[in-house]
Amino acid sequence: MELLDNLALGFSTALLVQNVLYCFVGVLLGTAVGVLPGIGPTATVAMLLPITFSFEPVTALIMLAGIYYGAQYGGSTTAILINLPGESSAAVTALDGHEMARQGRAGVALATAAVGSFVAGTIATVVLAVAAPPLARVALQFGAADYFSLVLLGLIVSIALARGSALKALAMIGLGVLLGTVGQDIYTGTPRFVFEQRELYGGIDFVSVAVGMFGVAEILRNLENERTRTMVVSRVKNLWPTPEDRRRIVGPILRGTGLGAALGVLPGGGHVLASFTSYAVEKRISKRRQEFGHGAIEGVAGPESANNAAAQTSFIPLLTLGLPAHPVMALMVGAFIVHGITPGPNVLTDEPELFWGLIASMWIGNVLLVLLNLPLIGIWVRMLHIPYQVLFPMIILFAAIGTYSLSFNAFDVYAIVFFGLLGYVLIKCGCEPAPLLLGFVLGPLLEENLRRALIISRGDATVFLTRPISAVLLLLTVAALVVAVLPAIRRRREVVFSEDE
Amino acid sequence: MKHRRSFPDVLAGVVFVLIGGAFAAGSLGYELGTPLRMGPGAFPLLAGAVVAALGLAIVVKGLVAGEVAAFGPVPWRAIAVIVLALLFFGFTVRGLGFVPASAVTALLTTLASTRVRPLMAVAVTAGLTVAGTLIFVVGLQLRIPLVGPWLGF
Repeated sequence: MELLDNLALGFSTALLVQNVLYCFVGVLLGTAVGVLPGIGPTATVAMLLPITFSFEPVTALIMLAGIYYGAQYGGSTTAILINLPGESSAAVTALDGHEMARQGRAGVALATAAVGSFVAGTIATVVLAVAAPPLARVALQFGAADYFSLVLLGLIVSIALARGSALKALAMIGLGVLLGTVGQDIYTGTPRFVFEQRELYGGIDFVSVAVGMFGVAEILRNLENERTRTMVVSRVKNLWPTPEDRRRIVGPILRGTGLGAALGVLPGGGHVLASFTSYAVEKRISKRRQEFGHGAIEGVAGPESANNAAAQTSFIPLLTLGLPAHPVMALMVGAFIVHGITPGPNVLTDEPELFWGLIASMWIGNVLLVLLNLPLIGIWVRMLHIPYQVLFPMIILFAAIGTYSLSFNAFDVYAIVFFGLLGYVLIKCGCEPAPLLLGFVLGPLLEENLRRALIISRGDATVFLTRPISAVLLLLTVAALVVAVLPAIRRRREVVFSEDE
Repeated sequence: MKHRRSFPDVLAGVVFVLIGGAFAAGSLGYELGTPLRMGPGAFPLLAGAVVAALGLAIVVKGLVAGEVAAFGPVPWRAIAVIVLALLFFGFTVRGLGFVPASAVTALLTTLASTRVRPLMAVAVTAGLTVAGTLIFVVGLQLRIPLVGPWLGF
């Protein structure tokens, strides 16, 4: 019963007063940014990261994780009430959820989403606890060559799942990798691309990149077309589903959880894919197919469970391999490193309290989210009335203060201006910023392992193909690349994404 | 597939070619090393070349079969004001101190919206300055003086 011992250790860590408190702060903030349009979890985590530097590592990670999965909850609230998905994964919830709200069943839809998310979160946390240790043990066998191939695979898979042009996503990854090379070279200490700037010797701070690309650039996007949002917020009453509803949501919740838990492990937008797939599955097997799009409760229960389960299991690659599956995870890699912990298989053995504490905190966070979301739904609804003219100055000001406090150096503030403008131009040209951030965080890992592998093999480049693990991973990478670039498969993928949109 | 030219696609490609090319060119100034012991220049050269090549492919594709039809409206006023506000904050936070720097930054930022009304701007500025001070200086104990040396303290 090693698992129970481990979970007991986790809960004893996660239930410390300060950890519960910051878990609460995290899910509260997460719900808020999930509800508020125009700011997402990535920008929020990036802005708050400097603040967490003074925390205990486990407390910092608990709070940052809370923001991430809290945002998944908050995003569905706006999707249901005003047909405006706060997060991309909530887009399919809007289809039937908002329709239910228009029929006066907003309360039932919200309760279904909350219950589904809670059940999914609980099961997925157990999956995480069971699956992570064996995976971490496997990962410990990995040599430098295998790691190189693994990181490459992670980067390529992340674009195979993303929407939009694969060519541009590849270029964005490359750009991120390039930006990651700025600073002192790890092996020789040679400063690269620093232009005599003392601040660049340690490399570009990933907080500046994330705040610029996801915060500033996003605000500029939103200020292009200022329209008054027409807000028809439905009244929320009758939270409890009828017995008929309860019977109908059991299957979708369980299927959604399974799908989400499996797809969440994939790098890059696994939770978006999970919610879309779950919706498609529910629609296909339903006996009341004509109800979908007109307020079918299954269309809320399935996708909501799926995206929340995926949000939990997307921590598996982070905790076992040190491989972030989402821009927020990429920021968490940074949080680990700031606290002197290298994310990866060693976390489990070296920092068991942190590892199990984080996992246990996710379950606590899910309980807190249900409490926050159901009785307090009225507060979130009222938050929707905050005008954007108040929100965006707040984001800009807090971004400036947050990045300044990284090292009390104005250089970091100038850096968010640079990355904000660069990000804005690239987004306008149809390039998504997420691959760039993943490339930026993983680039140095890629270089380090490439060079180490070649040193170990005495300059023999075939080592990547002769080591079995590496060869298999590279084969998968090529397959993922083919899937991403081949037009025929791409078109079918567009269909999956755009179905019923 | 329809043949159409896309300005944003070509622009994106050009940006990638320029940045990738610049990194590749810059890395030639560092030691490239041998495969056994790669120098600091080898990896950036490789990555820069890949980005430049992808950029070139995007340019060609943009000329033949573009994806993004139009660049869309550009909020020049918002860009100018927000850039100015952030630069102001970075430049003055040490000299003016937290409160004045935050207030001016917030006020400038509110002007980015074309619908801003003076009363609203002042109210937002006051609210955000108070909130920022409470959260960051009082709550999180950020070590920035409230009022800086330029103002005679």
